[in-house]
Amino acid sequence: MNAHQQPTGSAYFIAPETAKAESHTLSVLVANEPGVLARVIGLFSGRGYNIESLTVSETEHEAHLSRITIVTRGTPTVLEQIKAQLERIVPVHRVVDLTVRAHALGQERPIEREVALVKVVGQGDRRAETLRLADAFHAKVVDATVEHFILEITGKSSKIDQFVAIMKPLGLVEVCRTGIAAMNRGPQGM
Amino acid sequence: MTDTNNQGPGNQMPDNQMPDNRMTGAEIVLKALKDNGVEHIFGYPGGAVLPIYDEIFQQDDIQHILVRHEQGAGHAAEGYARSTGKVGVMLVTSGPGATNAVTPLQDALMDSVPLVCLSGQVPTTLIGSDAFQECDTVGITRPCTKHNWLVKDVNELAGIIHEAFRIAQTGRPGPVVVDIPKDIQFATGTYTPKPEIAQNTSYQPRTQGDINAIQAAIELMASARRPILYTGGGVVNSGPHASRLLRELVELSDFPITSTLMGLGTYPASGKNWLGMLGMHGSYEANMAMHDCDVMVCIGARFDDRITGRLNAFSPNSRKVHIDIDPSSINKNVHVDIPILGDVGSVLEDMVRLWRALPKKPAKAQTEEWWSQINRWRARKSFSYKHSNDVIMPQYALQRLFEATRGHDTYITTEVGQHQMWAAQFLEFEEPNRWMTSGGLGTMGYGLPAAIGVQVAHPDALVIDVAGDASIQMCIQEMSCAIQHNLPVKIFILNNQYMGMVRQWQQLLHGNRLSNSYTEAMPDFVKLAEAYGAVGIYCDDPKELDDKIEEMIAVKKPVIFDCRVANLANCFPMIPSGKAHNEMLLPDEATDEAVANAIDAKGRQLV
Repeated sequence: MNAHQQPTGSAYFIAPETAKAESHTLSVLVANEPGVLARVIGLFSGRGYNIESLTVSETEHEAHLSRITIVTRGTPTVLEQIKAQLERIVPVHRVVDLTVRAHALGQERPIEREVALVKVVGQGDRRAETLRLADAFHAKVVDATVEHFILEITGKSSKIDQFVAIMKPLGLVEVCRTGIAAMNRGPQGM
Repeated sequence: MTDTNNQGPGNQMPDNQMPDNRMTGAEIVLKALKDNGVEHIFGYPGGAVLPIYDEIFQQDDIQHILVRHEQGAGHAAEGYARSTGKVGVMLVTSGPGATNAVTPLQDALMDSVPLVCLSGQVPTTLIGSDAFQECDTVGITRPCTKHNWLVKDVNELAGIIHEAFRIAQTGRPGPVVVDIPKDIQFATGTYTPKPEIAQNTSYQPRTQGDINAIQAAIELMASARRPILYTGGGVVNSGPHASRLLRELVELSDFPITSTLMGLGTYPASGKNWLGMLGMHGSYEANMAMHDCDVMVCIGARFDDRITGRLNAFSPNSRKVHIDIDPSSINKNVHVDIPILGDVGSVLEDMVRLWRALPKKPAKAQTEEWWSQINRWRARKSFSYKHSNDVIMPQYALQRLFEATRGHDTYITTEVGQHQMWAAQFLEFEEPNRWMTSGGLGTMGYGLPAAIGVQVAHPDALVIDVAGDASIQMCIQEMSCAIQHNLPVKIFILNNQYMGMVRQWQQLLHGNRLSNSYTEAMPDFVKLAEAYGAVGIYCDDPKELDDKIEEMIAVKKPVIFDCRVANLANCFPMIPSGKAHNEMLLPDEATDEAVANAIDAKGRQLV
């Protein structure tokens, strides 16, 4: 049918994305009030941005402030847009792109740390091997029976990835990770 | 009465011995509205707002306009806000009342209209229990408001309402929702007066532009050989003084000026530098000038996709200045060279001053060639159409309507579709705040309730809703509201029996397969008007049109004017999908073949 050769077309103009996506860590200082996390997350899902890691906690109780650390991925234009959109949210006090700031300080990344709890079940030699490796990674035993250990490990995400991978054959049954806490090096505050 | 008065010993105490700043939540709502200068609210009652309605009943300062659907309340409040510059206020009940408010809230968000929506909620103890008429109002409205609140303590209610008004009307204006559970409306608490200085430290919009950036912009403008001013709704929102300053800047610089749909009227259509609206259905001269300019000054507009056409071909050789109060608008779609963050009015004031202070003003000759090019484009007469003596052409109907409204104090609203674009092309606006249309969201059904809101604010003005036969049926129930409140709005329907814009796109993009775009079972609009108690007028003859329009204007009642127009007229000029500003489809070139081939194979790649 001739009709089917007609181009379908669209009311919108969409250009293919050519810029390269980068991973950035944002620190967002927000008023600690109900729904503020939903506003931040809703912004990301509503506008199609990525969240690779998200950490939230109250940091200044008296001032009712919480700090949200978000690792996101996007082109430089998108990252700039994310920052501007976050700043539009009424209870958001400040947004700092820690990665941009780290670059300005001549560093590749800000300091980023994660805590993980790792439960490993096993007997005999595998237990000894688990403890040896935990020691090598500076992981602490926080709970144990004759059958299992729970190990607490702190470090960069890549270190935790590696530790979890190593624990797999040794009887890994459960992992819980906090997501990233991050700040810039040097004496200056956020 | 001020609060200090209430503390004196001889002060009259109310019968129940409460101090004057102690009152119920519902009383707090009314007092807070009054203290924020509210005179009219648009709403619809229901179980969860009955205490507030009871207070409304017992006072005379605030007039309540009863709509017939909550969507109507929202658009009416939008029309009210946009024609006055004040905040529009709507009041709805919980559950369906709140969900019906979602469309106008998103509409107001996209068009930056200051709107305060008060909604009732089930009592706090029932929240989360799937109670009757319960919905997660703050959850549902979070992405379609600038901010929203669920009030959990009656003592915070007044402060939240004051803050709601501040957030709605400062910075980039927008809609806010205050969700008030029914037990909070009954509870007694303390009324806190409107603070002199706002408490919230995280929301402090910046209005003053960076003077260095403004200086750089002025220098760039002074060096321009092919300049253009591209203005938008931000100039309207900034207030009448921004329009005055804009006119002054045009006068001083002699730059050509175009505007988005939202900004019509900020520069007068009769002004000699006016190029007409730009964008998908904008004028040839405006779009060509945007494409070929060397300096573009964007003032309170946001490079919307209806404006830019294909982004990678958008004004390729220009340096761009962008004035906007919202940082997220900067570099969102189009990269600009000089961003200026600030309120348009304040920045224009600096610009006018700095332009006057230029040590050496650019010579007239610098832009002479540009102007003669523009005049060649103008001569193309891109809004022209073939007149007919037998059928009314929609463009002709609007031209006659415009002529008939000259000399009247006229406000125009529209629905969404072909008629909206023709209205933007053929009606001329000399002042801001005279043109109310749903631009960003494109809400069919906006025009009638918006006209009602405008008429409430301007009872003696001539308020016309230019409508299509499909759009008008989306909020037609508000006829009843217009009758009840003696609001003589005029609904001028360009009736072509199609969803005209949908049909046009189907012709252009989908092999003229007119899937569901023909309005079968069209109501008899004259009888419909009469059924509501309004006046119905029918016209299908170009020769009778002028008399019938005069008749419509003379009636001091709501009128539905069923203007039968050519059924298959298309809206031109048009930037077809995937094309640039300089690849417009002009009316005289739009043969059937050209229309069928308007979208090339590349269009297929588009979603």
